[in-house]
Amino acid sequence: MIQFERVSKRYPNGREALTNVSFFVDRGELVFITGRSGAGKSTLLKLIAMLERPTRGTVTVNGRSTGVLKVRHIPAFRRHIGVVFQDHKLLADRPVFDNVALPLVVAGAPLKEIDKRVRAALDQVGLLGKERLAPMELSVGEQQRVGIARAIVGKPPLIVADEPTGNLDPDLALEVMRLFKRFSEVGVTVLVATHDLHLAREFGSRELTLASGQLTGGAADPLPSLVASR
Amino acid sequence: MTLSTLATRHTQALLGALGRLARAPLATVLTLLVIGLALALPAALGLLVRNAESATGGFGRAVDMSVYLKSGVSLARADELAVNARAVPGVAAVKVISAAEGLQQFRQYSGFGAALDALPSNPLPNVLRIVPRPRSSGITALEGLRRTFARWPEVGMVQLDAQWVLRFDAILALARRLVSIAAVLFGAGVLAVIGNTIRLEILNRRDEIEVTKLVGGSNAFVRRPFLYTGMLYGFGGALLAWAVLEGAVLGLQAPVAHLASLYGSGFALTGLAGRELAALFCGSMALGWLGAWLSAHRHLRDIEPRA
Ligand SMILES: Nc1ncnc2c1ncn2[C@@H]1O[C@H](COP(=O)(O)OP(=O)(O)OP(=O)(O)O)[C@@H](O)[C@H]1O
Ligand SMILES: [Mg+2]
Repeated sequence: MIQFERVSKRYPNGREALTNVSFFVDRGELVFITGRSGAGKSTLLKLIAMLERPTRGTVTVNGRSTGVLKVRHIPAFRRHIGVVFQDHKLLADRPVFDNVALPLVVAGAPLKEIDKRVRAALDQVGLLGKERLAPMELSVGEQQRVGIARAIVGKPPLIVADEPTGNLDPDLALEVMRLFKRFSEVGVTVLVATHDLHLAREFGSRELTLASGQLTGGAADPLPSLVASR
Repeated sequence: MTLSTLATRHTQALLGALGRLARAPLATVLTLLVIGLALALPAALGLLVRNAESATGGFGRAVDMSVYLKSGVSLARADELAVNARAVPGVAAVKVISAAEGLQQFRQYSGFGAALDALPSNPLPNVLRIVPRPRSSGITALEGLRRTFARWPEVGMVQLDAQWVLRFDAILALARRLVSIAAVLFGAGVLAVIGNTIRLEILNRRDEIEVTKLVGGSNAFVRRPFLYTGMLYGFGGALLAWAVLEGAVLGLQAPVAHLASLYGSGFALTGLAGRELAALFCGSMALGWLGAWLSAHRHLRDIEPRA
């Protein structure tokens, strides 16, 4: 599903955020990406979601190399990935419903289906009944869950979540992780960047560890955790 | 994507654009005013030329010939001559204006009433007003007609201001060219106004565009509401221009009709109609669409998600 081959990412300012990273993630895996702040977790996820392009090496997602993807194919590419952003990226002037519906609207889903699926997604993150509120009227944790609902509403085959539980209390965080786990069990590939090592380990999933842009653990793991967790 | 979802998307884009315009009424009205007036100016010029053309009836009317009979020729004889004149090829209509009628008209419009009363007798002759057929209103045909009448023994003088016809023709040609130039210049102005308005709107909604692109919105999807906004500006501007012109026509109709009656014409000023109206609206909406497209093409590229 996801393959990194000797990937390096240098930002325009010269900062090298990832150095020579190689790993493979299979379909239906739930993988945690851990590492200290500034280790390159967000950068790694951005390379997958085509928000950045690799400086060196190749990133292959679902059989497509992102380095050579034509600009006009990027929207369709992104529609197959649900992204939870570290800073939520919600539309402040639109109610929760519109925010969550956006990926479906963009994909041209029929209105009835949009309604049904948005409610289902909000239900899964425990926000049913808050459809008409503006993001500003929500707590930060609630905003984060709106972001999660938006990432899962389109039932993408790949979910990439950057610190999705950073602002949630332990119970809610656990619930969100369980949600991701359920997705992975039905074949959705899920990558979660997190600081919360305890939470990650609780799920016994595979863990990719980054330190100063280099992969220090989990790369060569031949998927034993996936087998074990089933 | 099915046809109905495509229709839904377009409807959403249109309604969204309408909603946003309605939410900033002052800014919208000001922009529409600029566009409307910019459109109204060349349209008014065009209207003026078109009315001037029809007022002169392609010169059929403008070159009415006045055949002044000699002062001794009686009104009864004038009526006979009028019958003969109608038989002359190239003549569409003949009207006898008796010396008394001529004096009456002169008294009414010249303001020399008192002076005329002092005259012992009517100094004006009977006159035949000749209307040439449109086919015979070319300058050589008119000259031929003039010579025909001048040869009649009862005729004192034939008045035909051919020079004036030529000049008027040239003026109209010039005016038509002016209309074209004004249309191009003001059209470019409208394009710039709409393009700039859309640019500001894109900057205002930068976050929204960015997020939409992040979740997989294509450029076409992001661009669509702006194209509708541009088209709506074009439509609104055309509506306003039309209203302005209708108002102007309404205000001018009475004085113009009065002026026309002095020339013995039933001419009435008319506003935009039919094809002209369609051209105004289609042209304006096309300009709006184009302005928005250019602006969106230029500025949407800059908004790539950085996340
Ligand atoms: N847009 C950017 N331009 C320049 N440098 C960047 C950019 N984004 C990140 N960096 C740098 O790349 C490095 C890795 O950043 P990244 O956001 O991937 O870290 P992270 O692991 O997600 O950290 P955190 O846990 O705090 O979110 C950082 O040192 C940062 O300074
Ligand atoms: Mg980060």
